[in-house]
Amino acid sequence: MGLVARHVEAAGIPTLCMTSAHDITRAVNPPRAAFLDFPLGHTTGKPHDPDLQRRILVEALSSFETMTAPGAMKELPFRWSEDEEWKAKAFAEGDDRTPRHDTPQYQDEEDRRRAVQGGSPSCPVCRS
Amino acid sequence: MGPVDYIPRIRDNYARLGYKAYNWVVNRDTPPWAPLRMPLSQCRLGLAASGGIYATGQVAFHYKDDTSFREIPTDVDTKVLRATHFAYDLSGARSDPNVVFPIDSLRRLVREGFLGGLASRFYTFMGGIYSSRRVSEDLAPRLTARFLEDGVDAVLLVPV
Repeated sequence: MGLVARHVEAAGIPTLCMTSAHDITRAVNPPRAAFLDFPLGHTTGKPHDPDLQRRILVEALSSFETMTAPGAMKELPFRWSEDEEWKAKAFAEGDDRTPRHDTPQYQDEEDRRRAVQGGSPSCPVCRS
Repeated sequence: MGPVDYIPRIRDNYARLGYKAYNWVVNRDTPPWAPLRMPLSQCRLGLAASGGIYATGQVAFHYKDDTSFREIPTDVDTKVLRATHFAYDLSGARSDPNVVFPIDSLRRLVREGFLGGLASRFYTFMGGIYSSRRVSEDLAPRLTARFLEDGVDAVLLVPV
């Protein structure tokens, strides 16, 4: 996503990258980043906790007004849990990156049926 | 405990699958910089998220360097959003898409006056694209063109 950020920013639009992968974001070095030390899959908060999600976004988005140096990363002041056991699991498990294939991966069969029927004109698939 | 290091983990995973050694993007230059031209309370915000979110009725993403994206209207009913991805635990995103696509939170920030407004559409795609060249030369320019067309003042990017 840092590559997209650099491209958009170079076109004159300010960007902010949220991230929970500190090392990846440091390597790609986007213009502005906000780091949330949560497990992958929770870049903007915990499920069904709208107040936490709101606070995370307010802290992150404020960087647009406060950051002045390209490549800055703000560490957001939130913790996933009191202990950090989730990190040990994240180290041990690895992702389940499977051999790649190019068939659509639907969340459920109903979605496949609806997409095959013609999909939604208000939500087009964009390849251009 | 410091942050989790994902780079060695992903490198090992690709090696295990028989891919060539993953050539991680490392940028040592100073990134481009465009200052915010007005307060957030007057800005129209755009968003792109790479957690594999689609709306039911759309074709879902696939797992082989899928550089297509989906257009999600920002007045979408959150209940029609779905998640598909190979590299993270989907249980949170499937029960509340806001954890990787913060649509309700952003609409709330507009109602509260913290943000000026949202673009009429947001964009979603499938992260974990192996080819960084395809991101730089294909996906990023197409998304940038959309943001320029949408007339946004700032863009929030939400990877997974």
